[in-house]
Amino acid sequence: MSAKEAVKEPSMLKQKEMIARNYDLLTSTKENGRKVCSTYVPGNLNELLMCFGFLNNLPEINAIQNGMRKLSGDYIMEAEKLGHSEDVCTYVKADIGMMGKGNIAPNGKPLPAPDVLLLSYTGCFTFMKWFELLREQYKCPTLMLHVPYTANGCITDNMRDYVVRQLKEEIIPKLEEISGTRFDIDRLREYLRNSAEAEDDLVWVLEQGKRKPSPIDAYFGAVYYIGPIFTAFRGTQDAVDYYRMLRAEIAERVAQGQGPLTPEGTDVTHQKYRVVTEGPPNWTHFREFWKMFYDEGAVVVASTYTKVGGLYDYDNFRHDPDRPLESLAEYCLGCYTNRNMPTRIDIIERYIREYDADGLLINSIKSCNSFSAGQLVIMREVETRTGKPAAFIESDLVDPRYFSAANIKNRMESYFQMIDQKRKGAAVSALPVTSRGASARHSVATA
Amino acid sequence: MRTFIGIDLGSTTTKAVLMDENGAVLGRGITNSRSDYDTACAVAKMEALVNTRFTLFRQNLTDEGEDKVGAVLAALERKFRLVQFLDQLNDLEETCLRNASGTRFAGAYGESLRDAVRQLFFQLRADAGKLFESGAERKSDFFRDIAGSRFMHFGDPVAKAAGIPFDALLSLYDKSIIEVENRPPSGDMKGKFLSALDHLAGQHQFNGDLHQMDEPIRKALDISIEETGIVGTGYGRVRLPFAKEFIRSEILCHGLGAHLMYPKTRTVLDIGGQDTKSIQVDGAGIVENFQMNDRCAAGCGRYLGYIADEMNIGLHELGPIATQASKVVRINSTCTVFAGAELRDRLALGEKRENILAGLHRAIILRAMSLVSRSGGIKDEFTFTGGVAKNEAAVRELRKLVKENYGDITININPNSIFTGALGAAEFARRRLVN
Amino acid sequence: MVVTAEIVARCQEVFEDLNFTAARQWKASKAGRKVIGFMPVYIPRELIHAAGMLPLGILGGGDSLEVIHGDAYYQSYICRIPRSTVELGVTGRLDFVDGMLFPFVCDVIRNLSGLWKILFPNVYTHFFDTPQNYRADVGGEYYRRELLELKKDFEELAGREITDDDLRSSIRAYNENRQLVEEVYSFRAHQPWKAPATEVYLLMRAGMVLPVEEHTQLMRDYLAAAEQENRPMRDKTRVVITGSFCEQPPLDLIKSIEIAGCHVVDDDYMLVNRWLKGSVATDGDPIANLAKAFLEQSVETSCKYVEVEQRKGKFLVDCVRERRAEGVIFAAPSFCDPALLDRPMLQHRLAENNIPYIAFKYAENSGQMQPIREQAGTFADSIKLWSEP
Repeated sequence: MSAKEAVKEPSMLKQKEMIARNYDLLTSTKENGRKVCSTYVPGNLNELLMCFGFLNNLPEINAIQNGMRKLSGDYIMEAEKLGHSEDVCTYVKADIGMMGKGNIAPNGKPLPAPDVLLLSYTGCFTFMKWFELLREQYKCPTLMLHVPYTANGCITDNMRDYVVRQLKEEIIPKLEEISGTRFDIDRLREYLRNSAEAEDDLVWVLEQGKRKPSPIDAYFGAVYYIGPIFTAFRGTQDAVDYYRMLRAEIAERVAQGQGPLTPEGTDVTHQKYRVVTEGPPNWTHFREFWKMFYDEGAVVVASTYTKVGGLYDYDNFRHDPDRPLESLAEYCLGCYTNRNMPTRIDIIERYIREYDADGLLINSIKSCNSFSAGQLVIMREVETRTGKPAAFIESDLVDPRYFSAANIKNRMESYFQMIDQKRKGAAVSALPVTSRGASARHSVATA
Repeated sequence: MRTFIGIDLGSTTTKAVLMDENGAVLGRGITNSRSDYDTACAVAKMEALVNTRFTLFRQNLTDEGEDKVGAVLAALERKFRLVQFLDQLNDLEETCLRNASGTRFAGAYGESLRDAVRQLFFQLRADAGKLFESGAERKSDFFRDIAGSRFMHFGDPVAKAAGIPFDALLSLYDKSIIEVENRPPSGDMKGKFLSALDHLAGQHQFNGDLHQMDEPIRKALDISIEETGIVGTGYGRVRLPFAKEFIRSEILCHGLGAHLMYPKTRTVLDIGGQDTKSIQVDGAGIVENFQMNDRCAAGCGRYLGYIADEMNIGLHELGPIATQASKVVRINSTCTVFAGAELRDRLALGEKRENILAGLHRAIILRAMSLVSRSGGIKDEFTFTGGVAKNEAAVRELRKLVKENYGDITININPNSIFTGALGAAEFARRRLVN
Repeated sequence: MVVTAEIVARCQEVFEDLNFTAARQWKASKAGRKVIGFMPVYIPRELIHAAGMLPLGILGGGDSLEVIHGDAYYQSYICRIPRSTVELGVTGRLDFVDGMLFPFVCDVIRNLSGLWKILFPNVYTHFFDTPQNYRADVGGEYYRRELLELKKDFEELAGREITDDDLRSSIRAYNENRQLVEEVYSFRAHQPWKAPATEVYLLMRAGMVLPVEEHTQLMRDYLAAAEQENRPMRDKTRVVITGSFCEQPPLDLIKSIEIAGCHVVDDDYMLVNRWLKGSVATDGDPIANLAKAFLEQSVETSCKYVEVEQRKGKFLVDCVRERRAEGVIFAAPSFCDPALLDRPMLQHRLAENNIPYIAFKYAENSGQMQPIREQAGTFADSIKLWSEP
C-alpha cells in the first residue's frame, strides 16, 4: 500500500478543512473563550448547541480520527491496562487511552476538558457508560437525554413527549445555566431551516447511487459526505454551502458518466458489482478495505452506516423549523441504530431493490453490539426476501488486532465469484433451448 | 493428451488433481505446504503427474490380470518412490555439506562435521531401501517427515562416534532441509521411471510378468501429457504465479468439488486443520451461501491436535480410543486453549479417558454445527470433508447431531475428500477451455 | 416439618426443567390461562399477575442446554444468553408461552426483541423500556404511560379488564414476595452457614416459574426449616457478588465460590425478584404507585443511569456495609457490555472505600471451575490473612 497522499475531490477537501477548523477552535478555547460540549453522532443536537454558543466535540469522531491515523491501537492497549475489558467497545477504549496520553487532537494540540457532556442516549447502550466514565474523569455536568428505542417500528406520542419534555425541563435550562446564554427558539428555527436544506441536498447525493454507473461510493466515499452533517456543522451556513457544492460535484460526475473517485485517483467507472453494505466500516485499515472493493470493480450503491447520525431517505424526515423541539426529538428517535430489527431489514431490502444491487455485504463489528447483535438474521432475511446473496465479514472499528486482511479478502473474493457464477448460471438458463447444448432442460419439440 | 489441473494450496498440505477433457480424474498429488508456495505448487503437480502416469500404465495393461497388474504397479511405484527419495537425499547431503563449510559450522567443528554428514548419509542411503519395501509402514509419505525421522534415528550414534554434539548435526539439518524443500523438484520424470523399471527388472519375482508388461508400460510413459489449463486455489493462492483469471476462491472450488463427487449434495462441511467452512451449493455445484471460521481454533482440526498433544498420544489414535467410550462426557469449553484444562479437570474427577475424548469430539463437532447452522442449516445430501472426516469418533458424533437436529440426511464421506478443493479447481480449469 | 433438602430438591427440579413443566401444568389446570415470558431485570410482574397471567422468567438455557440452532443467530463475540433463549424458542420449549417481554438491559437483548417478532410473528412480543430520567413529571410520566400501554395490551391478551383493585391486590402479593426475599437474604447474611448460596439461588430461581403465592410460601417454609437445621457454623470470608444480573452462572460456579472459602452474603443473581427495595404503596392509583416505586426505590444496576457522579457505586458500597461483607467478587458474563463497562467505575469506588475485590468472567455453560476456585480461594485467604481487623 503506497503511502502517498490520497487523491481528493474539492468537496472532500472542503469537509476536511471544516473538520480541521472545528478542531482548531476546540483546541484554542483559552484564547477564544468558547465553551465545549461533548456529545454523540446519533442524536447529535448540533443546532441546539449552537443556540448556546457551544463548540461541539464528538468523541466518536476523535476515535475515528485516531483509528485512521493508526494511533488507536496503542490507546486501546493503554485503556486495557487500566482495567477495561477486551470485550467492550473500542471507541470507548480508544477515547480513554487518548485521554491518558494527553488528549491530543489531530492538529497536535490538546483538547480541553468539556464544560458539559450531553449524553444523547440514542441507539447505543455503551453511550451511557462512556459518558459515565468521562464524568468520573472530568467531574463536569452531565445531561442525560434518554431517547427511547422505537421497538415497534414507529414513534409513539409517549416517546416524542418524553424527549421533548426532557429538552424543555432538563436539557435546555441546564445548557442555559452552563453557557450563560438564554435560549432563543427562533434562533433554533433558523438553524433547523439550514439543516433541512442541507438534508435535501445530501439525500439527492445519496440517491444518485441508483444510477448506472453510480457516481458515488455510498460507503467509503460517503464517509466524507456525511462528515459535516453528522458533526459540528448541521444547521450552519457552512453545511448548506458544502452540500450545495457536493451536489454540483456529483451532478457533474453524472453528466460525465463517471464513477466514484478512489484515493488512488482512479475512477471506478466499470462497475462489475453493485453492493449494499450494512455495518460501520473499519477505520484502522480504511483505505486497504476500500481497495478490496474497487480492485474487484465493486461499488457500494447504498449503505446503512451513512444513516447512523440521521436517517433522511427512508421516511423523508427533515428537521422542521415549525416544530423545533418535536423534530429534534424525531431526529433522535429516527437514527438508524435506534430503529428496530424489522425496520432495519426493511431499509436494507428496499435499498437492494431500489438501487438494483447484486447483493448485501455485512461488515460485522466485534465491539459494537448495537449494530452486530442480530446481523446474521438480517443477512438471512434479506437473502430470503430479495433472492440476492449476502456476504458476512468480521472486523472491528478501531482495534487493529481485529482486522485480518487475508481473511476478509478471502471472503470477499468468494462472494464476488459467487455472484459471477450465479450470473453465468442465470445467463445459461436465459438462453433459448436450442443453444444450450447438452442441457438436461433440452425439451423435445412437440409434434 | 489434454489435461486440466487444479492446485489447492492449503495451510498444512498442498494438493493437486489432474483430469482429462471429459472430467475424468487421472491423478492426485499431495505434499506438505512450505514457505515457497511456487515449489509447493510444483511438487504437488508433479505428484499428480506421477499418479497420472500410473493411471495410464493401468489403462494400458487392461489385458493382464488385475492381481498381477496390481502387484507389479505397486512394486513399480515403490521403486519409483525409492528413486525419488534417493535423489532428494543426495540433494540434502550436498546441501548439508555445503552449509557445513560455511563459517558458522566450519568454524566450530571443522572437517569432523562434514565427515559425520557423509557417514550419516551413507547409512541413510543404505537404510532407504527397506523404507520402500512391500508392507513397510510409514507415518507419512512426505520427504521431510521420512528423512527427518531417519535422521533422528541414525544421527545420535553418528554424532557420538564423530565426537561432535548432536545439536550441531540437528542445526545443520534444520537449515538444510528448508533449502531443499523450497527448491523446485528437478525434472526428468521419465528418467526416474525408467530407472525404477530397471530396478524392478533386477528382482526375479516379477521377471515373467514384467517382461509382458514392459512394452505397454513404456508406451504409456511416452504419452505426452499436455497441461492445458491450471487453476489455483487455497490459502496461499494469492502468491501463485498465475494470472487472476486462473485463480478461484477455495469456497467455490470446494463447493464444486463436492458437487462433482456427489451431484446431489446441497450442504458441504469442511473441517480443515486451521479453518472450517460450511458451504451451500445448488444443483449445479454453484455456491449459494457460505460461512467460515477462520479465526478460532475451536471447531478446526487444530483442536484435536492440541488434545492429542495434551494427552501425549498420536493424532490418529484419538478416534479409535474415543470410539470405545461408554458415555459422552459433556465438555463445555468452547475455547481450544481451555479444552486442555477441562480435560485435566475431568481426569482428576475420575472420568475415563475414552469418555472424555468422546466428549471432546462432540465439542468440536458442535462448534462446526454452529457454523453450518449459520450458513443455512443442513440440506440433503450432506458432504463432510477434511482431515477430521477420517476420524471415526468425530463422524459418529456428527451422525448423531445431524439426526437429532435435521432428521434423516444422507451423509457423504469420501476417503479422497482432502482433494475436494483441487478437484473443483481442476473442473474450473476444464470448463474455462472446454465450454 | 419439611426439611431444607426437600424444599431445595423441589426448587432444583423446577430449575433444571427446561420444558417448564410446572408452568405448563399451571396453564393446563384451568381454561383460558395465559403465560407471559420475560427476561431480566426491570419487569413489572405485578401487571402480568393482575391480568390473571403467570409471569415466567426466562434466564437462558443454562449449562445443560446444547445450543445448535441458536448459534446461527449470533456471532461468537456476543454473550450466550440470547442464543440459548433463541434455542429454547426454536426447539419448541416455549410453545405454551403467550407473550414475551424484553426489558431494557442492553443492546443485545434490545435487538433480540426485534428478532423474536420475526421468529415468532404470532406471539405477543413487547420491548419494555425503563426511563433513564428520574423526575416524576418527565421519566415518571413516560413510565406511567408505558405501564398503561402494557396494561391495555395485557387486557387484550388476557381477554379481561384489569381493574385498579386487581392491580392493588397483585402489588400486595408481590410486596409480600419481596419482603420474604429480603428476609431470606437477611437471614443468610446473618448466618450464612445456615443458608448456602446454592440453596438460596435455587429458591430464588423457583420464583421465576412458580406462581408468586406458592413461591412466597416456599420461602417461608425454607426459612423455618433452615432455622431449625443444625448446620455447623463456619467462618468463611463474607463476599458480595455483582455483575451476574442477566446471563446466569452455572450452579457449579456458585458452589465453587463457597467451596473455595466464601460466604455469599449478597448477590445480584436474581434481581428480577428484588429490583425494588421495600414495598410499593397499595392505596391510590396503582399505576402511579408502580411508576413512583421505579423512580425512587429501584436498585442500581449496570443497565440504569446514575444521575449524580458521587452516587455512582454507592449502592454497591452500601450493600457491602449493610451485609458486613469483606470483599466483592465481580463475576460478569463474557462480552457483557453493561457489567464490563461499569466494572472499572465500581472498582474505583470500592478502592476509595478500601474494599478489596477480584474479577472474572464466565459463560452460562462454563465448564471448568478450577480457576474459579483458585481465584475465589486466594481472595478469601488474602482477606483473612492480610486485612485489618
